[in-house]
Amino acid sequence: MFKYFQPNKIFSVTSRAPKYVFILFIIVLSIGLVESLILSPEDYKQSHSVRIMYVHVPAAWITLGIFSSMTFLSIIGYIFKIRNFFLISKSLAPSGLVFNIIALVTGSIWGKPTWGTWWAWDARITSMLILGLFYIMYLIVWRIYEDDEKAFRMSSIITILGIINVPIIKYSVDWWNTLHQSSSINILAKSSIHSSMLLPLVIMTAAFALFSLLIFLMKYNTELIKIKNKGLDRL
Amino acid sequence: MINEILFMDGYGIYVWSAFIFTCLSFTSLYTITKIQYTREKKKFIAKFGTLESEKAAFAKSQTINKEILSNLSGI
Repeated sequence: MFKYFQPNKIFSVTSRAPKYVFILFIIVLSIGLVESLILSPEDYKQSHSVRIMYVHVPAAWITLGIFSSMTFLSIIGYIFKIRNFFLISKSLAPSGLVFNIIALVTGSIWGKPTWGTWWAWDARITSMLILGLFYIMYLIVWRIYEDDEKAFRMSSIITILGIINVPIIKYSVDWWNTLHQSSSINILAKSSIHSSMLLPLVIMTAAFALFSLLIFLMKYNTELIKIKNKGLDRL
Repeated sequence: MINEILFMDGYGIYVWSAFIFTCLSFTSLYTITKIQYTREKKKFIAKFGTLESEKAAFAKSQTINKEILSNLSGI
C-alpha cells in the first residue's frame, strides 16, 4: 500500500493541484468573510466581538489537527521507515505554526473586550503557547540536523512529546477553572451554538483547511525538488 | 450600513485587527513558501542546464524530473 506514497508517483498530482486549491480557497474565503463579517448576527452578550471567533476557532482547530497528523505520520514513518511520511510531516509544520500564532494573537485581541485583558496565564492559553513552542522546536530540528536519520528521530521525539499537550489543550477548560469558555461545539452531543453562527464558522474552517492544504502542497513540492537537486549533484 | 460594518458598536477595532492580522499572516506565509519554491526550481533548472548531454538524457528519463521541468509556471 505504501508504494502509492512514493514521491515519484504523487509529484505529478501535487505539482498541478496548488492552482486549483488556490482558486477554491479564494472562493470559499470570500463567502466565509461575507458570512462572518456581514451576514452573521451579533451575540447577545459579546455583541460584534464574537466575529473574532470566525478566525480564532478555525485557526485553533487546524493547528491541533496538523500537529496530530504530524505525530501520526512521524510515528508511522519511523516504524515502517517511510521517508516520505517525514517529508509530508515537515511540509505541514509551517502552516501549523502560523495557525497557532493566529489562534494566540486573535485570542488575545478577543480577550481585551471580553475579559478586559490581552493575556492571562490561563490553562488553555498557556497550553496553546506550549504547542507553539513544540512547532518551533520541530522546525529548528530540521534546520540544525544535516543527517536525515537524526532529524527523523529527533522530530519524532518532539511530536510524541508534543502530542501529550493536545488533550491537555482540548480538556483544559473542563479540568481547570479558566477564563476561557468551554466548548460550544460538540460532535457527539448537541452543540450550543446557533446555526446562524455555525454556518460561517464551518465555511471559515473550510477556507483555512484549504489554505493549509495549499501551503502544504507548495512546501512538499519544494522539498521534493530539493531532493532532486541533490540527486543531480550525484549524477 | 458601511459605518456599522466598520465600527461595529465600538468593537470594530478588535474585529478588524483580528481579521487583518490573519490576512497578513496568510499573505506572508504564502509569499515565503512561493519564494522558496521558485528558488529551488530555478536551482534545479540551472543545474540541469550544466549537465553533460548523456547525464541530462538520463536525468530527463526520470518522470519526476520531467514533471519539474514541464511544470515551470506552477503557482
